[in-house]
Amino acid sequence: MMHAFESIQLAQLAFPTEMSTSVLAPYLFVSAAMFCIGLVGFLTRKNMIIMFLCTELMFQAAGLALIAFGRHHLGADGQTFVIFVLCIAAAEAAMALALVVLLFRHRESLSASAWKELNG
Amino acid sequence: MMTASLLNNLLAPLAMLAPGSSGSDEPASAHLAHMTEHVGTGPKWILLIVFLPLLGFVFNAIYAASGNKSKLPAWTTIALLAVAFLATLSMFLSYDGTPYTVHAFDWFNLHYGEKSFVANFSFYIDKLTILWMLFVTGLATLIALYASEYMSHDIGTGYCRFFSAFGLFVFSMSCLVMGDNMLMLYLGWEGVGLCSYLLIGYFYKKPSAVAAAKKAFIVNRIGDLGLALGIYLTFVHFGTVEYAALFSNETLHHYIDAAVAGDFSAIPSEAQWIAMLLMVGAFGKSAQFPLYVWLPDAMEGPTPVSALIHAATMVTAGVYLIARFYPLFLVSENALPIVAWIGTITALLAATIGMAQFDIKRIMAYSTVSQLGYMFAGLGLLSTTGAAFHVLTHAFFKALLFLACGAVMHGFAGQLDLRKLSGVSWMKGWGIVGITMLIGCMNLAGLPYITSGFYSKDMILAEAFVTPGYRLMGWVLVFTAIMTAYYTFRVFFRVFLGDQHAEPGEDFHGDDTNDFHPHAPGWAINTVLITLAACSMLAIALAWIDKSAYHGWVGSMVADSTASFHSPYAVSLAAAHGEGNPAAVAGPVGYGAPGKVLGMDPHGGMIVVSGLGAIFGVLVAAFFHGPKGWQGLFLGGRTQADKCRMDAIAKRAGPIPRWAENKWFVDEFYAMVFVTPLRVVSHIFHWIDKLLLDGLVNLFGFLPRVLAWIIRPSQSGVLQGYAVSMAGGLAVLLLVVIVIVLRAGGAA
Repeated sequence: MMHAFESIQLAQLAFPTEMSTSVLAPYLFVSAAMFCIGLVGFLTRKNMIIMFLCTELMFQAAGLALIAFGRHHLGADGQTFVIFVLCIAAAEAAMALALVVLLFRHRESLSASAWKELNG
Repeated sequence: MMTASLLNNLLAPLAMLAPGSSGSDEPASAHLAHMTEHVGTGPKWILLIVFLPLLGFVFNAIYAASGNKSKLPAWTTIALLAVAFLATLSMFLSYDGTPYTVHAFDWFNLHYGEKSFVANFSFYIDKLTILWMLFVTGLATLIALYASEYMSHDIGTGYCRFFSAFGLFVFSMSCLVMGDNMLMLYLGWEGVGLCSYLLIGYFYKKPSAVAAAKKAFIVNRIGDLGLALGIYLTFVHFGTVEYAALFSNETLHHYIDAAVAGDFSAIPSEAQWIAMLLMVGAFGKSAQFPLYVWLPDAMEGPTPVSALIHAATMVTAGVYLIARFYPLFLVSENALPIVAWIGTITALLAATIGMAQFDIKRIMAYSTVSQLGYMFAGLGLLSTTGAAFHVLTHAFFKALLFLACGAVMHGFAGQLDLRKLSGVSWMKGWGIVGITMLIGCMNLAGLPYITSGFYSKDMILAEAFVTPGYRLMGWVLVFTAIMTAYYTFRVFFRVFLGDQHAEPGEDFHGDDTNDFHPHAPGWAINTVLITLAACSMLAIALAWIDKSAYHGWVGSMVADSTASFHSPYAVSLAAAHGEGNPAAVAGPVGYGAPGKVLGMDPHGGMIVVSGLGAIFGVLVAAFFHGPKGWQGLFLGGRTQADKCRMDAIAKRAGPIPRWAENKWFVDEFYAMVFVTPLRVVSHIFHWIDKLLLDGLVNLFGFLPRVLAWIIRPSQSGVLQGYAVSMAGGLAVLLLVVIVIVLRAGGAA
């Protein structure tokens, strides 16, 4: 049992004790602030690149909260998950930017409202 | 009730002579048992008869595909059919009196438990088979020769198509006649139906031909259903569809003995129904009332087809069916009386219609229906010999009549109206047609002594008069014979005698109508006409061969097959006829009151009655339709093609001639009673299908659309809108989770 989680335990050697709630709170506050900024940016701006950047901001906010919680609980899950999120975000960024470029070519505009006719 | 009482009369002599009551120690089924006791195996060359015509079909299909534009298809077909005929002839000559089977290949060979279902591609040869095959292959060869000239307007694909269907027809007919089981018969039955359909619809660009082809096919479906069910019931009841096994079946022999003893209650109704069902099939194929309506319309096909399929061979398949399964018909209480009366009604009805028609080919068509009625009457009167003899003579003279009419049609650009033709015999090159037509007409009319049609018809008429209770049928048939003579010679006097006059028809066999010139028939048509006329006359000799023992050569052929049973009845009949049959003297003679006709024995009386009747019919025709002078036997007064004494009579007779010309509105009646209701029902079903079923299906397509219509506005196309709903949804979810957690915390 111990052998199986040896590497995880090695990683936790650097953090022998749980992070207290009072230390955790600022992390979460920053994370929430980042998420809200991203969300507000996404809802209010029409430039697709800015909107895309806002989604990235929300991503990182979630990632920050995950890492903070991981440190708080002395678990490796949060960090592992964030590594995944980063990978996927990287791939998604490539795709999303390519999409934006294509959309721009069609309408000569970066505004999301240029595609308003894609309605039901 | 009437049929039942008449059946008792029909079988009364049989009952009197049944074993036990008359001292005869041999049961009536003994002949059948003897016939099927030793069924041998025949030589393989018999297969040539069946497969050579099929080869013709294959060759002609290849010619058609390779775009042949010569008379090669005709010569190939004629050569193959001629070889098939020679093979049939040698089959006849080498036949030693024992039926045999020839196996081609396994078809159905199923065994399950104790039971089995065997129906191989095999052929059963007895004298009935040989009789039928002789005239089928012989006439097919002759008519193919005729068609080689007749169809020459269509050389090319049409010519190939015609002869390939022709070959396929002869193959199917051979399967029908020679098959050794009921399934082979059914295969051939459907095959000839298909070829009939294809050839009636040969001029497929002509709507009336297409309609006639469909009509023939659909009306035959009704009959074929009966045949299929009959075969099914035979298998269910007797456990076999093979002739050899069926006719040597012990149960069947018991039934026959019971039937001859008059004890029909000993025969299960299931067995009695077999014949009733097979009978429906025969009525369809042989154009009997009420299923006869397709045959007159079938004249839309080329004339060689009318002659071969719709006069000489295919339409006699029903007669063959009943003759072949005669043992099954004997054990049915009602089948044979129904066959006899349906045949009589058909004969009379068709003759009345034939009298009023103006299209010479249609007149011949109705006379075919009428003559088939005679054959059925013969079958129903226990005279398979009479029926088969009439089939044979009729095959010759009716083919001859059709081909002569066809020659006229061919020469005058499709003209068939007897009001528009006159004196054809006297035109240059038409002499042979005129003379052969006269011979055909004489045979159909049944002029006494000098025609074969007289002898065969006489056999059936005499049978009606000697069978107690059937005298009325005899007189109806005699009356029909007079009408037959009248309408036959009506055609002859009007079209072939008198002043020369011809209006071209509207032509539909491919010739250029603008450039009409009547052309006399060539050597092929003339040769065939002469041959058939000779055959019609030579058939008289058949009545005299084996006369004392079997009532003629055909009788000897039928007697050696399952179509006949050497019943004491036959013997007593011979005694009633006063013929010097030693068996009649030695055997039991229980038939006390032989029918007398005008105080003479039946045959003698028949010669007087039907002979004089025929002559009377001819004289009436001469009076009303004959031209002035010797050509009208000094009775006629016609000077123009379209005016004769009959016109005045027809005018005075009110609407009746018009009704007869319109075929007594039977087609209209069928349209009203069957076709229109079916059409209405089909429309109702169409709308049910459209509204109910399609509606249901469409409803399932429509529901999602309605739902979508409700939800669709949410897809606004504004990206921020989607984001708001996503964020809002997330917030609500979060709120719910928080509430749940708080509640749980509160409870704890």
